[in-house]
Amino acid sequence: MAAYLTGPTPIHGTRPVLSLREVTKVYRNGSLEVAALRGVSLDVQPGEYVAVMGPSGSGKSTLMHIIGCLDVPSAGSYHLAGEDVSAMSENDLADVRNRSIGFVFQQFNLLASMTAWSNVALPLAYAGVGRALRRERAEAALGRVGLADRVGHRPGELSGGQQQRVAVARALVTEPALILADEPTGNLDSTSTADVLDLFDELHDAGRTVVLITHEHDVAARAGRVVRLRDGLVTDDSPAGAVVAAGVRP
Amino acid sequence: MTWFDTLRTALEAMGTHRMRSALTVLGILIGIAAVILTVGLGIGAQQQVTAQVEALGTNLLIISPGSTTSTTGLRGGFGSASTLTQADAAALASAVVAPDIAAVAPSTSSSQSLVAGASNWTTSVVGTTPSWLSVRARTMSAGTFLTAADQASAASVAVLGATTAQELFGSTDVVGQTVTIAGTPYTVQGVLAPSGSTGSTNNDDTAVIPLSTAQQRVSGGSSRTTVQTIYVQATSQAALPSAYQEANNELLALHGITNATAADFTITNQASLVTTAASVSKTLTVLLAGVAAISLLVGGIGVMNIMLVSVTERIREIGLRKALGARPALIRRQFLIEASLLGLTGGLIGAAVGIAGAKILPSLISNPVALSMPAIFGSITVALAIGLVFGVYPASRAAQLAPIDALRSE
Repeated sequence: MAAYLTGPTPIHGTRPVLSLREVTKVYRNGSLEVAALRGVSLDVQPGEYVAVMGPSGSGKSTLMHIIGCLDVPSAGSYHLAGEDVSAMSENDLADVRNRSIGFVFQQFNLLASMTAWSNVALPLAYAGVGRALRRERAEAALGRVGLADRVGHRPGELSGGQQQRVAVARALVTEPALILADEPTGNLDSTSTADVLDLFDELHDAGRTVVLITHEHDVAARAGRVVRLRDGLVTDDSPAGAVVAAGVRP
Repeated sequence: MTWFDTLRTALEAMGTHRMRSALTVLGILIGIAAVILTVGLGIGAQQQVTAQVEALGTNLLIISPGSTTSTTGLRGGFGSASTLTQADAAALASAVVAPDIAAVAPSTSSSQSLVAGASNWTTSVVGTTPSWLSVRARTMSAGTFLTAADQASAASVAVLGATTAQELFGSTDVVGQTVTIAGTPYTVQGVLAPSGSTGSTNNDDTAVIPLSTAQQRVSGGSSRTTVQTIYVQATSQAALPSAYQEANNELLALHGITNATAADFTITNQASLVTTAASVSKTLTVLLAGVAAISLLVGGIGVMNIMLVSVTERIREIGLRKALGARPALIRRQFLIEASLLGLTGGLIGAAVGIAGAKILPSLISNPVALSMPAIFGSITVALAIGLVFGVYPASRAAQLAPIDALRSE
């Protein structure tokens, strides 16, 4: 369990975990072109806890997809953990997602037919880890999120907060360079929200790099840094405390 | 992710949708069982026909007279003429003239009423010579067959088939009894062992008397010297073609016919009977198997349909698996294995149902069903292949889904 507390060794000042340069994304809908991102540049250093905020249509989902290697930019460059992923093949992108990114989704996205530990172990299966080691590491990750006694439960037998913690364990299990959370508290009540956000705080304290997409102000306030998007451009990039103090509305 | 992991995932997916999987499997199952049963019925029918024709006698040639044409130009049917005589049969029996002919049995046959005490029974009365027994591959169950002495003296003796004996006397233990045919009493001196049926003819419903006796007492007029059929036994299977030639040449010469196409007799052999009968049953088998194959195809389309539904329903799952690092090829493999499993399960259960049906069916419809191992293993393989082939399209669709679209769907 100790490995999850310390996380990967931070490489301060040498290499950002993710680095976007003038990233644009244009969607083509018939003859209509829609620019979702119009030149976003962003660096996230190891151990940072960054919240990306913005109203609907600001491009934050698109940015999340590109950061998560689920989509590729139309132009510009994107380096993740030192690798240029802007022009990778679909197979290489799948490998990068498996190796370097831990996803936490709003809908939890757990497979209902599988037990908690099987869900957590899924990324390890795609990484080619053997079954016995998968179980061991999945149980350790579940222990890390406080669900050591729920390893054999199926998602349907867990509360929303517990399900999201299983999802966090799944994001942790491969020890990725980046944990990418997309509205992780959007489907949770206030108690569970606090629970999950405390978990992110702990991960941050343990030295992990977290990028969290949200439209909720108090969620963003927990992060060390807030990046605001509007109409496909970064309009503000400042420490969370400063934003709150300045009273900038989302 | 290993093959074993993928297999486990596919089994889990099948288990999650038990009803749907079961119905899909049912489509394949019915097709496979139908193929196994129809092929089994076809092979069974062919074996039955072959066995029946072989029951006629081994290495047999059957010589029948040609047709007659009346003064009004009306042509009688096949065998209506009386062009074959006992002299013909005697000539064919000569080892010098026809070295490939082992035995010859001239025979006449007519339907007669047999009377024994208070019971009577109409059956086919055959007049023939002692060699008939071996030529027709028959055996005796009791008493003795006709002898050369019976033939020479035109004795009033008869040999009964098992069915005839049963019908007349209520038993087959009838040696020494008397039966009246066309007003003449005959002494029963033997009973033929049962040999079953050939087509619609019951070989056990017959009475055999010496040819000389039949010509003098049963038939009359020109029938006193002519015979209806000459059964010829070749010395071996290989000798059948030469026996055929020898019989044909000898009869043409005896009848003074120079143009072979104008022959007043016809020679048929077992092989041609088997071929004719087999081709009929083969046509039927192909037809039935074709229908079964179509049902299998429909089952395959069922697999594709269900797999497409499955891909659509599990679009989020596919997106998630991709987000977690599953390559497109792996997603394709997962759905292909799932489709193949549906096919294979249908194939295995279908084969079991087909085999069970093959055991039960003969008792219901009296047709034999022959289980063919190539058909069973072939159809299981086909079921697997159908799952695989019809799984390709849905699996490719799953593999090609963009992860963001898949994750976004509700």
